[in-house]
Amino acid sequence: MELSNEQKITVPVGSTVSKWKKRIPYIIAYGVLGVCTLPIILMYVWLLLSSFSEKMEYGFIPVNFTLENWQFLWMNVEHGGGTLPSIWTATWNSFVFSGTLTILEVIIGVMAGYALARMEFPGRQAIMKMTLLLHAFPSVALLIAVFYILNFMGLFDSLWGVVLVKTALQIPMTAWIIKGFFDDVSWDVEWAGLIDGCNRFKVWYSIVLPLIKPGIAAVSIFSFLSGWSEFLLLYTFILSDENVTLSSYLQKLISDPNMVNYGLLSAVSLFYMLPVLIFFIFTQKSLMQVSAGGGKRV
Amino acid sequence: MGAFLSKWKLPALMLGPFIVLISLFFFLPVLLIGILAFTNMDSAMRWDFNGVANFLKFATDPNILLILKNTVMYVGMTLLLNVLFGLALGILTTYFVQKESIGLVFRTIWMLPRISPPVVYILLWLWFFDPSSYGVLNSFRAIFDMPPAEWLTTHPMTAVVLANGLVGASFGMIIFSSAIKSIPQDLFQAARVDGASQWSIIQDIIIPALRWPLMFVTLWQFLSLLTSYEYILLLTKGGPLFESEVLALYSYHKAFQNFEFGYGAAVSLILVLIALIFSFIMWKFFGMKKMLGSSRIE
Repeated sequence: MELSNEQKITVPVGSTVSKWKKRIPYIIAYGVLGVCTLPIILMYVWLLLSSFSEKMEYGFIPVNFTLENWQFLWMNVEHGGGTLPSIWTATWNSFVFSGTLTILEVIIGVMAGYALARMEFPGRQAIMKMTLLLHAFPSVALLIAVFYILNFMGLFDSLWGVVLVKTALQIPMTAWIIKGFFDDVSWDVEWAGLIDGCNRFKVWYSIVLPLIKPGIAAVSIFSFLSGWSEFLLLYTFILSDENVTLSSYLQKLISDPNMVNYGLLSAVSLFYMLPVLIFFIFTQKSLMQVSAGGGKRV
Repeated sequence: MGAFLSKWKLPALMLGPFIVLISLFFFLPVLLIGILAFTNMDSAMRWDFNGVANFLKFATDPNILLILKNTVMYVGMTLLLNVLFGLALGILTTYFVQKESIGLVFRTIWMLPRISPPVVYILLWLWFFDPSSYGVLNSFRAIFDMPPAEWLTTHPMTAVVLANGLVGASFGMIIFSSAIKSIPQDLFQAARVDGASQWSIIQDIIIPALRWPLMFVTLWQFLSLLTSYEYILLLTKGGPLFESEVLALYSYHKAFQNFEFGYGAAVSLILVLIALIFSFIMWKFFGMKKMLGSSRIE
């Protein structure tokens, strides 16, 4: 399953007579692909239209342009009997959560990835096997025990506690991907540094690390986005309103049976998705390669 | 002894945080789940051991048959949808769509559900199945003068399978596309020169080349579906009653809704054991040891 970036474009060969016959499968293929993909596009278009219109005729035809749905940006939303905390509190919390997660994950991942890729020590094989296995481990089945541990550490209902849990759940995968990047750096580079009198740590810090900067960037974006999207852990381990994040904020709005206001819901959703969309548009090519090839790079 | 310490000081230092995190949030929880499963701990958080009472309760639980049936249905149907859809998308976007850039556009759109935060993605489905006349399905019914139907109450499992299947398809799609890209192009050209039909190219060249990726995706998705419940929790909450409750969600509900931590842990333990058996099979199957070659240096 190695990735090959080059792909030659092949033109079906054949005489002009059978040219059209040869094209039929391609036309059908495009048709099937288009029909299957359209609903997905429509759903996201609906999200956009619905947030800017007063109501949706038949559910999906926008009527009257309005900015009323975006009022949540400067006014707190009434919800049930009470008022939801300000959207900016939730945004700030989400930002702190994802940012801390990214920093922790990259630092710990880079250190562990380097040790696994380049160092010989007892138990190396065991740790590598474990890392791979943990990658596939059903970590969500452990939430009950994690709850007990957080409670014991006094980190229940604290964003820091959830950051630690989330980092731990993702670190096997991250360390493994970063190990792959280090594996690609030629040992000669490092050797040259060592001969010139640097010690191991200095070589790592000033020669090898800059070489894998693109890899680190990709991993950072990846972990930031997964922190931004996180729902389950935050929903389970965070109770208080002051620690609310955007995902729980939106979930609170959705689960209110008395208020099915799709205009507001889609506006909040779009606001919440904005960073994800921006990152995704600019980096989708490299992201897709990381998620496909990351675990399999050797 | 001094030399011993200084030699392994650096790897120990670099791996330290990694080891601490995974011990704290992987190994300790596994251990805890194993012990908690034999207690009847509740919200008072007391350790009262009750032998195998939890497992007896599990065996005689009146809901368990339905939940097991749901779990099998959910995992089986979603897996089928994931793999088939992923395969179709992989072949369509890499083999039939000859222009790499167009294929990428389609793959990017299919990645949207995966990169959307779960809460936003589920909101789209809630709108799709909305019981009022604003829902997508119900507005189609309105066109034919049919009254709105409560889709999430009447067909909860179908909704759950569809929502999960669409997200999962992109995982297979990415793995399969990169596998198809790595098939040498001359194989396709040779087949075309020999006059092979599109169907036989798919059947005799592409599918055999995808044998390992197919098995990998199936097993991997099986494992993650077995223990994932985030989308179900958001979409139907397992309801109405237990109509769309699966084993993993049941454990979650028992622990965090009914505060029966002991019983929840027992259900988790059963899940973890099933998952471990399958991880082990995956391990043996894919010879992951190949990826663990000794460090290249030292």
